[in-house]
Order: sequence, then C-alpha cells, then structure tokens
Amino acid sequence: MRALTARKAFLKSLPVMGGYIVLGMGFGILAHHAGYGVLWSFAMSLLIYAGSMQYVGIGLLQGGASVLITAVTTVMVNARHLFYSVSMIGRYRDTGRYKPYLIFALTDETYTLLCDGKAPEGTDPDLYCFLVSLFNHFYWVTGSVLGALLGEVLPFSTAGIEFSMTALFIASFTEQWITTKDRLPALTGLLATLACLLVFGPERFLIPAMLLITLVLSLFRGRIAAGREAEP
Amino acid sequence: MSASSHAAVLVAVMSAVTVLLRFLPFWVFRKKVPAYITYLGKVLPAAIIGMLVIYCLKDTVITAAPFGAPELIAAALVILLQAWKRNALLSILGGTAVYMLLVQLVFA
Repeated sequence: MRALTARKAFLKSLPVMGGYIVLGMGFGILAHHAGYGVLWSFAMSLLIYAGSMQYVGIGLLQGGASVLITAVTTVMVNARHLFYSVSMIGRYRDTGRYKPYLIFALTDETYTLLCDGKAPEGTDPDLYCFLVSLFNHFYWVTGSVLGALLGEVLPFSTAGIEFSMTALFIASFTEQWITTKDRLPALTGLLATLACLLVFGPERFLIPAMLLITLVLSLFRGRIAAGREAEP
Repeated sequence: MSASSHAAVLVAVMSAVTVLLRFLPFWVFRKKVPAYITYLGKVLPAAIIGMLVIYCLKDTVITAAPFGAPELIAAALVILLQAWKRNALLSILGGTAVYMLLVQLVFA
C-alpha cells in the first residue's frame, strides 16, 4: 500500500513539479542577482516555502527593511493561508504525526491539489497528503537551488516562465468548473477579487477581496447549503 | 548588526509569520469546529482558486500595448486544453510555453 500511495502521490504532484522547479529557479536567479547566493535560496525555500512572499522577501532583504515592516508585509501577502487552513481543518483533523508538516507545507499549489479531499482508491490517505506535500516542497527547494547555481548559464531566456503558476490556477479553476454543479463559490471568488482589484488597485486588493468573498459566501449560506446536499 | 545577520533575522520573521498564519485556524478551532466554519471550509476552495487566478493576473497592464494580449491568449489556451484533455500538466506546459513565445518573440 505504501508503494501505491507513493506512486499516486507522485503522479498527483507532477503538474506542480514543472511549475515549482521553474518558479523556484526564477526565485533562485532573482535572489542571486540581488546578491543572495545558494544558501539563502535554500534556506528561504525550505523555511518560508511561500512563493510570492519569497519574491517580495528578496526586496525586503535588499532594502534592509525593519522587522516590523517585514512581519506586516508577510501577514498582508500570506493572509490567504488562513483561508486554506480554515478549509482543511476537517481534512487534516486526524492526520496524527503528519499533521504539523501538512499544515506547514500548505502552499497555494499543494492546497489546490489536496483541497478536494479525495485520495485515490487503495492508498493511505494521510500518507498520500503527506507525500504530495513533501514532493512539492522538494521541487520548490530543488528549483531554488538550481536557479541560484545555474541561473547564469541557462542558454535560453526564461522571461514569461512565471506564467506557469497562473496556468496551474487557471487549469484548476477550469477543472473545478467542469466537475462542480454549484458554480457560485467559484464565481464569487473570481468576481469579488476582480472588483476589489479594480477598486483598491494591485497593491492592496487581496485583504478586501478575502473579506468580500467571506461576506458574500456567508450571505449565500442557505442557498448553497441546500444546493450541495447531493454532493459528497 | 551586519547586513547579512539582519537579513537572516528577516528570513526568520518571514518564516515564523507564515507558519503562524498556516497554524492559527487549526489552533483556534482545535476543539470544536463551528458549523459556519465547516461551511466555509466547503465553499472556500472554489472561491480561493478563483481569487488566485485574479491574483496572478493582477499586474497585467491592459491600458497600454500589448493590452494584456499575451495573458489573454495563454489563459484561453490553458482553459481550452484543460476542457479538452483534462490533463493539468499538459495545460500548464502548453499555456506557459505559448506565453513565453508571445512575450519573448511576438510582443517583444
């Protein structure tokens, strides 16, 4: 069962492998150009393990930001992780010894892979979540280290490679759109965020968007709960 | 304090705050999970992925050339590939490759 679980977890993590290695490399290259070498990339990817925060973080390091500014910025950029954890409370409740790592490693992409809460037939579901999380973490750290080491010698331009993260979310959104009957939550996420982006601008829209999404979904609670009875 | 030890402190702060954000809901609701939170746990995934799509596209400039065309074309390709083949890896690689070609060669 362990071998099957490992194989299924690896297959599940494959779409993230490409994205994390190239985005991790992007981060490693950026850190390298900012004067932070391979050990910095390795430590940041291992310990922070939050893609966009690490990109922002390089700017903070370069500018010699204060501890307070760094903490507040991290809360602003990563507040969405509160959302992921809230929606995984049930799934991760009885995961035992895996639980601390599962929570630590809950990135956008790992969340996107595991939030449907379904493990393949015949696998150990907790080990499955653990391995998907671990493989993703491994790709991210590996990509960062590769970027820091090889960034200078890449024979081609990597401009635009950051789109792979966008593509992962668009692909997940599309898949979810096809497989779910009730599209109100998905539409709410998309439109509320778009509205907040237009109103608040690209630097400040994320927290208002999270509040608006929570508000709208709360208002629709009765309607969605009724419509979801038939679903697992 | 030297610049690199200050940087090490900042990395530790970023790590600690990120960990805190990830663990907080599990600590707050460790005993009993209110029905409202359970409900949010069910509907948030779809909404969050929608939010992440916009989040990734937030810096797209649509008021000047090329008016977001590379993003629009690549995003449409990802949607079409996903709807057609239902293979996330293929959709991601295809969309990213086309995006890279567009920004490096077509709209350079």
